[in-house]
Amino acid sequence: MRRMHVVSAMVGAFALLTLAGCTTDPGVTAPTETTGSEETAAPSVEWFDQALFDKQDAERSVVPEGPDGKPYLQYINAEMVDTSQYKAEGAKKGCFANASISNPWRQTGWITMNEQLKALQESGAISELETRDAQDSDDTQIADIDYFINEGNCDFFVISPNSTAAMTPAVERACDTGLPVIVFDRGVQTDCPVTFIHPIGGFAWGIDTAEFLIDNLQEGDKVVALRILPGVDVLEQRWAAAEKLFDEAGIEAVDYFTGADPVEIKKIISDELAKGDVKGIWMDAGDGAVAAIEAFEDAGVDYPVMTGEDEMSFLRKWKETGLTGLAPVYSNFQWRTPLLAAQMIFAGEQVPQEWVLPQSPITAEEVDQYLAANDGMPDGHYAKFGGEDLPGYPTIWQERQIP
Amino acid sequence: MNAVSARRRSGRRLDSTVIVYLALIGVIVIGAILVATVGRSFFSAGNIRDILTGMSVLGFVAIGQTLVILCGSLDLSVPYVISLSSLLAADIMKGNPANIAAAVAVALGVAALIGLANGLIVTKLKVHGFIATLGMGLIIKGYLDTNYKGTSGSVPWEFQLIGATGIGPVPVSTVIMLAVALLAALFLNRTRVGNHIYAVGGNEQVARLSGIRTANPVILAHVLCSVAAAMAGLLLASRLGVGSPTVGTQGGYDLLSIAAVVLGGTLLAGGRGSIWGTIGGVAIFAVLDNVMSVLQVNPFMKDVVRGIVIVAAVAVYTGRQVERRRARFGPGGSATEREGDAGPDAQAPAPASASTQPDSAQPESTQQSAAQHNSAQLDTNVGDRS
Amino acid sequence: MNAVKTLVSPRGAVFLLLIVLLVAITIRNPGFAEPDQLMRFIQRVAPVAIVAIGQYFVIVGGEFDLSMGSLVTAQVVIAGNLIGQDESRSIPVLIFMFVFGAVIGLINGVIVSFLKVPSFIVTLGMMLALLGAVFYWTGGAATGNPADSFRQIGRGGIRDVPVLEFIPWSVLILAVVLGLAVWFMKRPFGRTIIALGDNPTVAKYAGARSWWVKTSTFILSSLSATVAGILLVGYAGVHPSVGRGYEFIAITAVVLGGVVLGGGRGWVVAAAAGAFALEALFTLLNFYDVPSTWRDAIQGVIIIAAVAYSATTVRSRRRARPAQASPTPEKEERPMEGATRTATHTPLNAGSAHPEGDKTHNQGGL
Repeated sequence: MRRMHVVSAMVGAFALLTLAGCTTDPGVTAPTETTGSEETAAPSVEWFDQALFDKQDAERSVVPEGPDGKPYLQYINAEMVDTSQYKAEGAKKGCFANASISNPWRQTGWITMNEQLKALQESGAISELETRDAQDSDDTQIADIDYFINEGNCDFFVISPNSTAAMTPAVERACDTGLPVIVFDRGVQTDCPVTFIHPIGGFAWGIDTAEFLIDNLQEGDKVVALRILPGVDVLEQRWAAAEKLFDEAGIEAVDYFTGADPVEIKKIISDELAKGDVKGIWMDAGDGAVAAIEAFEDAGVDYPVMTGEDEMSFLRKWKETGLTGLAPVYSNFQWRTPLLAAQMIFAGEQVPQEWVLPQSPITAEEVDQYLAANDGMPDGHYAKFGGEDLPGYPTIWQERQIP
Repeated sequence: MNAVSARRRSGRRLDSTVIVYLALIGVIVIGAILVATVGRSFFSAGNIRDILTGMSVLGFVAIGQTLVILCGSLDLSVPYVISLSSLLAADIMKGNPANIAAAVAVALGVAALIGLANGLIVTKLKVHGFIATLGMGLIIKGYLDTNYKGTSGSVPWEFQLIGATGIGPVPVSTVIMLAVALLAALFLNRTRVGNHIYAVGGNEQVARLSGIRTANPVILAHVLCSVAAAMAGLLLASRLGVGSPTVGTQGGYDLLSIAAVVLGGTLLAGGRGSIWGTIGGVAIFAVLDNVMSVLQVNPFMKDVVRGIVIVAAVAVYTGRQVERRRARFGPGGSATEREGDAGPDAQAPAPASASTQPDSAQPESTQQSAAQHNSAQLDTNVGDRS
Repeated sequence: MNAVKTLVSPRGAVFLLLIVLLVAITIRNPGFAEPDQLMRFIQRVAPVAIVAIGQYFVIVGGEFDLSMGSLVTAQVVIAGNLIGQDESRSIPVLIFMFVFGAVIGLINGVIVSFLKVPSFIVTLGMMLALLGAVFYWTGGAATGNPADSFRQIGRGGIRDVPVLEFIPWSVLILAVVLGLAVWFMKRPFGRTIIALGDNPTVAKYAGARSWWVKTSTFILSSLSATVAGILLVGYAGVHPSVGRGYEFIAITAVVLGGVVLGGGRGWVVAAAAGAFALEALFTLLNFYDVPSTWRDAIQGVIIIAAVAYSATTVRSRRRARPAQASPTPEKEERPMEGATRTATHTPLNAGSAHPEGDKTHNQGGL
């Protein structure tokens, strides 16, 4: 009996809702331009993009503009946009749709961002930052952005997209509110945000690292490439550039997906060493680099030429072993920039439309300097986190207090 | 056989579903208070939309998962089916509304084939559902990783409307999900195969002895589960505007859907449970996530809360159930007593079942008592297991 | 000759698979058969095999433990953060880790036994809660590796051994754990676990304290996850992703070893062999330069095929015993069989007397 009630209640509710008439989400509007749909329609996306490769290659050697000693405020080849329309007094409320804090790089950045927030709250520029964490899910992040649009009472949006194409419609909806939108880290396929903040990019990383390995290796040497996971554009571009350069230089490169799991990394390197000589290790992110080095130790062979990342675990092991290495950097200090950009926008100051932050690797000569500067930081900390002048330094990062 | 199982089910189903919805109301009340403490309204249109949106995708997956779990299997391949269907749909649509029908048909068709393969592996090769679908998931993952290097295709605006339109604060996607739930509930309770799903999950041997071809319900449940997962994939494609090879795994829909099904009062061992309970379980998850997001709970802490709530909620539910079942071994708890509380509608399937098994030589009464005996025996088994 | 027969039979499928894989690896890379390379291989498999042995106890008792991977991660992080570079803390922290592991197992077991929550759900909840708590505590990244002396357990070994050259500590620990597991399963308590997984009602009537038997399987699995964590922190170092997915790898290994999900049937050595086969498969894929994106697919095909092959046991055995009185050609009716069993065997040897009980068909074994 009760079952019938449920059923009829359902049917009734459905009918009522239908009578009430359809309403499109007020925030949802048809896309104004549909370009881009055709070129992405190919079943398989090739990550290599010659134009972008050349652009980033050139940006590597540009001396950035902006204040000295504050890399998080510097920019490369910027085209400035006027923000006088947003000029307003008083502390503003920010709404931050974060992709996740599921890896050490994002955690470090998130800590830095919160310290930057405290500084700006004290100076009266920002009242609060409401954050929703999508836990690596596109669908959740879209819902998060819609929630902010409907319920957030936001004065500005900060969005760190979980993925590029999928987040584009939601970011466009946020832009349609007329409030300033700041996007950082991974991009979106629209130029509606006031500013898009990111370091030079994946191709620059790939060029830096591949050139270093090619310079230090002979033609025909073997490089093992350790990659975290497929399908993430910032990571895929690193490999796309490196693979191309290795190919051109006659370096033999094999790539593996490791999930940044050191157990997996160690097994892969051990098997590669059992097969034959490995002269170089290339990583698309340095997380887990120590396990790769230890695999060489355990096998009793010479250390490889290696590129890791500016994660402390790699810098420490690099120093300890004295191997030939390079620590490419995907500038972690970019997590400070969005809030500072918001402050500038509400002050009516010009900001770069595409804010390209400097991104330069840590070389062998600089390791000691960065190790000393980050003494006492945990292994998962990133050397170029850029928060040395913030109030909680260094305890907050040493204790890794995640808000 | 059918009469008995239906009676047992309906008595139980109301009970468990009521508990689930009581729990949901409890969660909503606590959530509304917590949300109010940070100066927000739980019942505002935007918040309700957020909760219902959160329910839609998991709802589709959990409906399918319910069918599979009811017949004693489970499906761990759903995340990959979701990703695959989102990609197939977006690639075929290519931004052209004329391709929508073909894209939907292909996505659902391919998913049905995957479900068919799962079902055949489980029933014909006798591979446990856990391993069969884990393996199938890995196979699809290999295909996705090899052939797709990121998001792909493009969904036309007309199809994106499914994910973006709402009837008041209720998203169309939620309405579709509830309509599918209604169909699934009718399928389970009003069709012969639906009844057989319960029978096979309750006790496969008894089901076989009573003349059910036990493989068919299992295969069909797997097919429907994969199709439901593909619907979730289509909805995600509609929301994302593109197909994505990782969108299924991102949501953790495999374990989360199983948890939602169990939270909704369905026995993990099969044979007992309901679609509406599952929807309640999905709603509990959605409200929980919404409240934690509004309160800006640390993302790591969210997982801790989720873990504790899953166990605690199921504990409250199973605690009750076990007591009821124990009572049956006592003097007053016999099968005859349950006949009393079964309600009139439970009698309805009885003649149907008799007529659908004309080739069964046994008289109906014998069949019934045998089934009763066996179901009591199974209950003790299940009780100790679960 | 007999050995060959056993290998080809579905029961020996896992050993056959392991041999085939090892031979295939050796053909590709003859160096693999050298003693020190083999030792390195066993060292690598040891943590997975130990986790699989722990999972075996739970599965053969009719349950699941999905929290093992998270517990491995938790133990790895505990070792890194609590020991740090201070060697003197090694022993106290080691003791703490075992106590912590046992407590987690106890919690799992007690909730499963007394609150009657399905173990799949209990351990799923524990998996989420434990991992979340560890991340919350550490801010997502451990401070650093523990002292090198502690890491030697998983990384080091006895060097300059004749013939073998190098015996990693992990190999010795694996041997001890496997030996203990075999011994344990031969004792009455071990047989009670199988009896409980096979038919809980019968085991209960026979006087087994089912809650304690069940809980002890969870404690055993948690302790084995602890041992695996100690080995892994040495082998690979501290990282929050160490241990990720181990619960599924362990369940897959156990099932590859012919252990039936739902309980009551299976041999612990075969479960460990399942772990070896799985790791040998990964190694083979590495050696044959299979594109990294196709590995998962191949793994999927092989586990389905292997389990399907060993599932033919039941069918072949059924055909092989038509003389036995059974009401239907398909299978005996469960309640009847339960009753016969109580009458003719003491439940303590029920498991070993019916190692291939009628569980394969039971898809409701969760």
